[in-house]
Amino acid sequence: MKLTLLKALTVSAVAAASAVTSTLATAQEQFVPILSYRVGLYASGGSGFFGGAIDYFNLVNANGGINGVKISWEECETEYNASRGVECYERLKKKNGGASLVEPLGTGIAYGILDRVGVDKVPMTTLGYGRSDAANGQVFPYVFPLITSYWNQAAGMIKYLGDKAGGMDKLKGKKIVHLYHDSAFGKEPFPVLEAYEKSLGFQLIKIPVAHPGTEQNSQWLQIRQANPDYVILWGWGVMNAVAIKTAARNGFPREKMLGVWWAGSEEDVIPAGDAAKGYTTMTFNTPGSYPVIEEIKKKVYAAGKGNLADKDRIGSVYHMRGVTAAMLWVEGIRNAQNKYGKGKVVTGEQIRWGLENLNVDEKRQRELGALNMFPTIKTSCQDHEGSGAVKVQVWDGKAWKAVTPNWVQGDRAMIQKMVAESSAKYAAEKKITPACLPG
Amino acid sequence: MIYREAGQYKTTYLNDSQIFPIAQDRYAVAALLLIAFIAIPLFATPYFFSAILIPFLIFSLAALGLNILTGYAGQISLGTAAFMAVGAFASYNFMLRVPGMPILVAFILGGICAAMVGILFGLPSLRIRGFYLAASTLATQFFVVWCLTKVPWFTNNSASGVITAQQIEILGFAFNTPARKYLLVLTIVAVLALLAKNMVRSTVGRSWMAVRDMDVAAEVIGFRIVRTKLTAFAVSSFYCGVAGALFAFCYLGTVEPEAYNLDLSFRILFMVIIGGLGSILGSFLGAGFIVLLPVVLSVIVHFTGMPNSVTSNVELMVFGAMIIFFLIVEPHGLARLWQIGKDKLRLWPFPH
Repeated sequence: MKLTLLKALTVSAVAAASAVTSTLATAQEQFVPILSYRVGLYASGGSGFFGGAIDYFNLVNANGGINGVKISWEECETEYNASRGVECYERLKKKNGGASLVEPLGTGIAYGILDRVGVDKVPMTTLGYGRSDAANGQVFPYVFPLITSYWNQAAGMIKYLGDKAGGMDKLKGKKIVHLYHDSAFGKEPFPVLEAYEKSLGFQLIKIPVAHPGTEQNSQWLQIRQANPDYVILWGWGVMNAVAIKTAARNGFPREKMLGVWWAGSEEDVIPAGDAAKGYTTMTFNTPGSYPVIEEIKKKVYAAGKGNLADKDRIGSVYHMRGVTAAMLWVEGIRNAQNKYGKGKVVTGEQIRWGLENLNVDEKRQRELGALNMFPTIKTSCQDHEGSGAVKVQVWDGKAWKAVTPNWVQGDRAMIQKMVAESSAKYAAEKKITPACLPG
Repeated sequence: MIYREAGQYKTTYLNDSQIFPIAQDRYAVAALLLIAFIAIPLFATPYFFSAILIPFLIFSLAALGLNILTGYAGQISLGTAAFMAVGAFASYNFMLRVPGMPILVAFILGGICAAMVGILFGLPSLRIRGFYLAASTLATQFFVVWCLTKVPWFTNNSASGVITAQQIEILGFAFNTPARKYLLVLTIVAVLALLAKNMVRSTVGRSWMAVRDMDVAAEVIGFRIVRTKLTAFAVSSFYCGVAGALFAFCYLGTVEPEAYNLDLSFRILFMVIIGGLGSILGSFLGAGFIVLLPVVLSVIVHFTGMPNSVTSNVELMVFGAMIIFFLIVEPHGLARLWQIGKDKLRLWPFPH
């Protein structure tokens, strides 16, 4: 027994020593810690997203890096667990010259390091999750809910349903069910939906589903009795497939169901089988084929460096989300280089400026080979989100197809007001004086 | 040879009832405390404080709380994380709503709130035992987390049920660096551990153990079952509540109720089982095992050069295998292993 322990200790000491040497070897690269999760309940999402990000890093490196600066990264398994995630973040934040930025892709971990990233000066992106009010960069200078948040998504949903009904005023008197995962995540859109309920005059029926949501007969019975015009499915994990199947069994048309983007990946609909045909969800990527994905196939996968074991998942929803995230990070780094020195390794503080001054318009998207793959983004100190636009996609039984040709934008003024109010409350609680950081 | 008590005579009752009757033990513990309080703050890196030591101490405290209930009083509980949540959200609300509330008092009040919830959910233990009790404590787990997301008042009307712990300041001194937070957590844990050690050696602790071993017999010899079981629930929940408050204030900072889910309850239960039921030391060893081993493993596996999709799974498999290995070698936990080692050492080098 003692021997085994001793051996384990020696091995770890040797490993730690080799860790130090490998750090020295790669000091001239732009280091990005990858807090991934490839085991556990959410592994399918984690492996797709972080696989996509790493694939894009490999592509950038194969094309010569960012103005010659190669990207290096190290993965750390978080198991989607907050304390593992915090440990990973602490372990990697100072490594290889310091972390450029961080993306935990998990609400619990994002909250756990929310206070730390400001102190450590490491920008954190939270694509499509996390605190909606973090869009206010005066209160959350180091947090970037890029592209869009839950609140803008909810606003986009109502806008889409209004357009579908033939005008926002046509929603008056309609019934909308909000079928949600009974957690912080499912309750996040409440303020937005309630505000719309008041201003547009539809009837909002909120029906919670307890985690994990493998049994939803009573909820769907309730829905059947209410006979709503639309059902918003704010779920995740196994709950989504069960909701779709139960809807089919109850004869509720899937075309009238609108899922949140965490209910809109291949992993959510394939288990539901044929029942999922016609089911619609929100997304911030337009499904389809793009030059950048083709380039990844050609330059990364053909060279045997691809991160996904299953090549069919290239270009899937989660994979494309990861590519999008990495693309925006690289744009942020490139931006920082343009200001602080081309071809140099930039610090987290400088990248923060880069992310705060992103401008990915259609011209830039075309150059990146990703025209229309995600909405155009222009960030500022007041707006760390940069867009707020979303799209609706439909599952045709084999693949996702975009329903809305253009990007859908909810009532941004209303959301911005809510962001300002909520972040002001946070600032008061934390005794922060809101201010823009100088470049 | 070195570790032996020959020549150490106990001449007074006070001497005889010390926590560490053997002088070497006392020196070792004193040295350990000196290292923890002085050497570590001087030499450790921020990574060590905020990623290893602070969570280790907080989980130790929670495991200690559960150990009082499960190890000493014999009541199985799956609601540890719920009591932690009560402690955290109560402390947050005391800090938020009472102007000038000292943080330490808020922690204690948070612990007391958790104790009251513990008493309430401990009531079924008067009627049911064993696995049935485990199932009923499961209800605590679900009820508390549900309640915290449901009632907006607890989270200061945060839309998503997320709270942000306030800054820690004691007598004008801000505990804002990892090292300072570590010292605060260490002090609280050390004081509470000492209290627990003394409690289990006193009448209260003995009554818990009597009830654990056979409650009918305990009742016959005059222990009041109701009081004994409920004090066990109260004290255990108090410890868990303080641990939960520290988890929010000194470790994560911003928490959602989901952070205190069933998964956390199970992790703490595993710490107690692996560390050793009915042992204060075991709580620390178990927390060390569950918190530190995955980190060590991930560092080791990382440098084998395997792709990350493989290493994550290898890590889990090795961890699982080690748990099974330890439980087979010593089902009474790491604390028992330590005890055996000590007994052998006392005879060394001349075992019978």
